Amino acid sequence: MAVEKSRRDFLGMAFGGFAAVGGVIALGAMKKTWDPLPSVQSAGFITVDLSPMSEGELQTLQWRGKPIFILKKTAEMKKNASRDVVAGNKDYTVIIGLCTHLGCIPTWTPKSAQFKCACHGGEFDASGVNTFGPPPRPMDIPPFKIDGEKLVLGEEGPEYLKLVKKA
Amino acid sequence: MREFKILAVVVFFTGLIYWGVEPFAHSQMHPHVAPADFAFKDLGTNTKVGDAKVGAETFLSAGCTGCHSLNVANMPSPMDAAAASASFGVVPPDLSTAGLIYDKNYLSALIKEPTKALKVQHKFNEEKPHPMIAFYGLGGDIDQEIADIVAYLQSIAPKTLSDKEVFANACQRCHDMKYDKVFSATDKKTLTAYMGTLPPDLSIIIRAKSYEYLEIFINDPQKNLEGTSMPRVGLTQKAQEQVVGYMEKVGDRKKAEREDLGYKLIGFMAIFTFLAYLWKVKVWRDVH
Amino acid sequence: MAEIKKATGVIDWLDQRLAVKVLAKVLMTEYWIPKNINFLWAMGVVLVVLLKILIISGIFLLMYYKPDINLAFDSVNYTIMQEVEYGWLWRHVHGVAASVIFLVIYIHMFTGIYYGSYKKGREMIWLTGMALFGIFSAEAFSGYMLPWGQMSYWAAQVITNLFGGIPFIGEALVVWIRGDFLVADATLTRFFMLHVLLLPLAIILLIAVHFYSLRIPHVNNQEGEEFDFDKEAKKYQEGRTKESKVVPFWPVFLSKDFFVVGVALTGFFYLVCYHYNFAMDPINFEPANNMKTPAHIYPEWYFLWSYEVLRGFFFDVAGIAAMDIGLAAFGFANVIFMLLPFLDRDTERVAPAHKRPLFKYWFWLLVIDMIVLTVYGKLPPTGPNAWVGFFAALSFILLFVALPIITKMEAKVGGEK
Repeated sequence: MAVEKSRRDFLGMAFGGFAAVGGVIALGAMKKTWDPLPSVQSAGFITVDLSPMSEGELQTLQWRGKPIFILKKTAEMKKNASRDVVAGNKDYTVIIGLCTHLGCIPTWTPKSAQFKCACHGGEFDASGVNTFGPPPRPMDIPPFKIDGEKLVLGEEGPEYLKLVKKA
Repeated sequence: MREFKILAVVVFFTGLIYWGVEPFAHSQMHPHVAPADFAFKDLGTNTKVGDAKVGAETFLSAGCTGCHSLNVANMPSPMDAAAASASFGVVPPDLSTAGLIYDKNYLSALIKEPTKALKVQHKFNEEKPHPMIAFYGLGGDIDQEIADIVAYLQSIAPKTLSDKEVFANACQRCHDMKYDKVFSATDKKTLTAYMGTLPPDLSIIIRAKSYEYLEIFINDPQKNLEGTSMPRVGLTQKAQEQVVGYMEKVGDRKKAEREDLGYKLIGFMAIFTFLAYLWKVKVWRDVH
Repeated sequence: MAEIKKATGVIDWLDQRLAVKVLAKVLMTEYWIPKNINFLWAMGVVLVVLLKILIISGIFLLMYYKPDINLAFDSVNYTIMQEVEYGWLWRHVHGVAASVIFLVIYIHMFTGIYYGSYKKGREMIWLTGMALFGIFSAEAFSGYMLPWGQMSYWAAQVITNLFGGIPFIGEALVVWIRGDFLVADATLTRFFMLHVLLLPLAIILLIAVHFYSLRIPHVNNQEGEEFDFDKEAKKYQEGRTKESKVVPFWPVFLSKDFFVVGVALTGFFYLVCYHYNFAMDPINFEPANNMKTPAHIYPEWYFLWSYEVLRGFFFDVAGIAAMDIGLAAFGFANVIFMLLPFLDRDTERVAPAHKRPLFKYWFWLLVIDMIVLTVYGKLPPTGPNAWVGFFAALSFILLFVALPIITKMEAKVGGEK
């Protein structure tokens, strides 16, 4: 009698366990259904060729839905060792163009070499550092990698990691 | 009775929350601004009395038709919409109705100093000039010449306009009204570059903003939205009311039906409640 | 196999196959409710009515709504509001009912807290009720996203951002929830799925359990009195209805509920047609723009107290970032009500707050604190507002820390008596 009971138990447990494993695998598949689509994932990486930029030029592009400002610094613009992105021996400001106060997009005013935010009067210098008004911190630097004179947004290259540690 | 006391407590706390979250909070977020000024006092007054007949000549010599059409006098615009958009950023308005919908005082000031009247001096200066050049006069008394031009415009303008026509003349060069299938003639790309941002479609603006806000805003955009690119267009009070009336027609077309049905729904529920009360009393009579 | 005889009528026909007569007795005519109650006991039925209104109005909105970021706004504000016959009515009803249902949920919840209807056998009623509050909150949040206005977008952006605060998996979790790096079309369509199917199913299931959990412990009464329901039911059935301490659910309890529902709906339709901006915020009549943040973003009123706990802690303490303290406090606030039955250490007595020497102060302090949190959650968090918010948020946490202590004291006094 006792032997029969334990055999029945073992079979029942094996059956239940197997069904449960199937359930977990199904949940894994469901988790993947929620993942961003391939078209979205690939758009997470953008390569920008910096060489055709002229000094003082500001380039704006979208990366992961956010505006990115790339400014090729002129000789007059102050260097900022902890924020400058150096590519091909030139200094660039590479920042996410969102005011760190409430997320409005500041405007670049070349005359005063400032980013000015229309929403509440916040001001940032040519390196994206907050100089006036409500913004609590400098504009964020997106993850990037330098590839010669090309900038790859989305990848955390060694230069990015160095800057983030410095900041 | 105890139940009335409980009801009073519930009503009190509900009212307190409502007051704090709605009227009080909104008064904190939108501090009081000065009411609309339809006299445009900040622009001073042109004391000269204009002569419309003289004004017709002055108008032609003043160069206005270099950019503006005057359809009522068979003077079409010199460029088509695409070319005008590219040259000026926005298609310059036709002036046929200007004499009716814009304030006389405002028009005088506008012709003499466009950026001041439009209140866009924060955006335009010598390095970046406004597309409308100021009138420097034809050699005579400039204020008299301007008064004559304004008198001329007033004389040729129609006596009345529909709400939609006022909107078309005053607002449509920048703003769409897609729910009424009305679109700006200006090219959207040049307009965005000119204004810094694309002027929003106004189809549902009447629900997005209150009457009070719109009345003050249209009259002087800088009051509620300092630094905005939207110019002060100088509408008279009547014309502005017509613009808002049009906005309501497009954005809240079902208002009349809603207000009418409201009475019926409340009336029905009131009778329902009364009957429910009677039935409750009957059922509970044997139970209390 | 039941013995089927020739039916004497429709009811008898159904009864022979579905036992409808017994069912009616169990669910209605012999479901006994205490007589010693007030109109607050009607809130449950009011909630069911409002839920029905939400589902029915939702069904009609569903016919014309387009869950696509390019089409959603106009499908609501043009097609439904201006083209569809009575479309405006369903939309206004849906928006106002969604807001009003939370007022009734809070009244219902605090009635339960006041009268001690969460302990001594009623813990499951409370737990399923708080779970319903959570699911309703998710339902409201997902629903608000659908019109794709400025508030829809930015509320979604800010709240999904919060998950980034979770250590290690936070950033990846935010992307996974959104289905994109920012709130986008993928986010809209999955929240549409949640709002229209999954969450309503969960709500209906939980309500069934919530109703079932009422049966064995029985509905509470104004004095928290325990009595023999069977004895009282027998009195009623023998005709001594005035003596009995109970009434049947149908028709007696429900007759009073219908009256309360009538009053509620009269006010409701006034709001639907004449006074709805509190529920349909003007800011959401601007189409969503991911490049432009509105000057003032705030959640719907019923989330404000919780929102204020989140932003109430605005300075770093002992090396822990303000945002992390806020996030922890927010998590605490959203879970702590669940634990109420176990925090109240006076487990043996069920009594209304006015009969409990310490709890009555605790109750009203909690009510006032939540109102302060609600109002300050709406105000810009600058200057003195930030400090009021801080103290209100701190008080909230301290109130729940104090609860076990004061209820233990009450239990001791009660025991001595």
